[in-house]
Amino acid sequence: MNRNPIQAWLSAHLLLVYVFLYGPILVLVALSFNKAGMPNVWTGFSLQWYGELFANEKIIASVGNSLFIAFAATVISTVIGTLLAMGLEERRPRVATEALIAAPMIIPDIVMAISLLSFYSLIKLTLGSHSVILSHSAFMISFVCAVVRTRFKHFDRSIIEASIDLGAGEFTTFRRVTLPVIAPGVIAAALLGFTLSFDEFIIAYFTSGPSSASITFPMQIYAMIRFGVTPDVNAVATIVMLVSFFLIFLSQRINREVEA
Amino acid sequence: MVVSRRIVLTGPGIAWIMALLVIPCALLLVNSLFERGIYGGIDYVFTVENYVRAIDPLYGEIFWNSARVAGITTLISLALGYPAAYCIALMPKRRQMAFLILVMLPLWSNYLIRTYAWMVLLNGEGLINRSLIGLGLIEAPLPLLYNDFAIIVGLTYAYVPFMILALFSSISKLAPELREASTDLGASPLMTFWRVTFPLTLPGIAAGCVFVFVLSIGNFVTPDLLGGGKRTMIGNLIYDQFLTARDWPFGSAIAAIVIFIMMALLTLQAVLVNRRGRDETTA
Repeated sequence: MNRNPIQAWLSAHLLLVYVFLYGPILVLVALSFNKAGMPNVWTGFSLQWYGELFANEKIIASVGNSLFIAFAATVISTVIGTLLAMGLEERRPRVATEALIAAPMIIPDIVMAISLLSFYSLIKLTLGSHSVILSHSAFMISFVCAVVRTRFKHFDRSIIEASIDLGAGEFTTFRRVTLPVIAPGVIAAALLGFTLSFDEFIIAYFTSGPSSASITFPMQIYAMIRFGVTPDVNAVATIVMLVSFFLIFLSQRINREVEA
Repeated sequence: MVVSRRIVLTGPGIAWIMALLVIPCALLLVNSLFERGIYGGIDYVFTVENYVRAIDPLYGEIFWNSARVAGITTLISLALGYPAAYCIALMPKRRQMAFLILVMLPLWSNYLIRTYAWMVLLNGEGLINRSLIGLGLIEAPLPLLYNDFAIIVGLTYAYVPFMILALFSSISKLAPELREASTDLGASPLMTFWRVTFPLTLPGIAAGCVFVFVLSIGNFVTPDLLGGGKRTMIGNLIYDQFLTARDWPFGSAIAAIVIFIMMALLTLQAVLVNRRGRDETTA
């Protein structure tokens, strides 16, 4: 297209960056179908690892637990985060408020993990799935709020005034006017939040307590890979990545549809 | 009426973040000023001993090593990310989004799994070593895993997308006329980049660098899995103090120092962006 040599170099560089980003993922996916016990050498196609995966009760239980935690945390954070986004978009918030709401997104997760552990131990909250739900909802609110707020950027506020002028109450206006407009953003935010919670490891690790009933899926993965490379993880990795990518793809789609 | 409506909408969210982020972090600061109890708890006796200990050479080295690893990661991410972001910014608008989504997509897969992928690639029997031996370039496998090199590769892999996004938002705001004017006035492409493009995209560079540095310096998983669990970075040190050594006050002090470093960098970045903004409006 462009014979400009600089542009050619830039394109080649960009291609290499994509190889860097996707190469490791593709290797993992390829090796998940590998017959050999050692996950490094190709010895033929096999679905053996997928079979073993579904027979592994620990993994299945941890997935169930993570799904429950992610679902509960998503419900909490979507409701609170959407309200927050609505409030913030009505009048320009102060810089301090903006910083407060961005804080959960930038704080190092290990710092958040130990501060929550210290806090729960001070108020003598017993640890378990419920404390992980609380912890996750705290940072998810920020992400949900950020996504829903982008929806308000294209929002014509006069239709709210029109609705109220025509005699609709506050709740009716929300249900019939505001919600339909922001709904794609809310759904996208919920899907994003769900993925974040499902994949979150460190905060869950610190705030889930000693019970095996509250072991989440990433904690289970960590236990498996902590001491080296094991073949069954490749199959888990492939499934998890496919599901995550699908959810994000869905989230993007839903949020775009109405704009067009 | 307006006030109460606002409180109903923003109140729960702000209260939630206050209760689960601000208060716990404040508690961390408070705990860092107490003594450790004999059985691993906290004795409520005031002391600054934890901070004195944190700058002791033994731990100072861990701080220094974390800063070094995070710094190298930041520079490599910048070197990889800038041309990539620039290339995407040169594309027609409707193509940009697809390429940016491709950059972001890996961020949405499990962090542990992405780190694990590098364990598979870098280990002694791994794909990279086997290929190099197969090509006859080396005879014995290189020690690629369980060292700082592996940590830097893993961190760069994880955070280069953030760098590209930050740089893209800055580069794409640049008016192409500025570059054209520079070229028309006889500047070489390199000169144009150095005197026009680079200074004007400094806010994006600052944002991207602060982001990558902060995420890297506090990281726990990557040094643990790719660095072989040796206590080389702050994240691992905090982890150990909380779950192994059970010295919560000292662990809290280290975490507090991480928060201070983070806030200092964010403030620096905000100041830089503000000054740039003023320059542009007065220019």
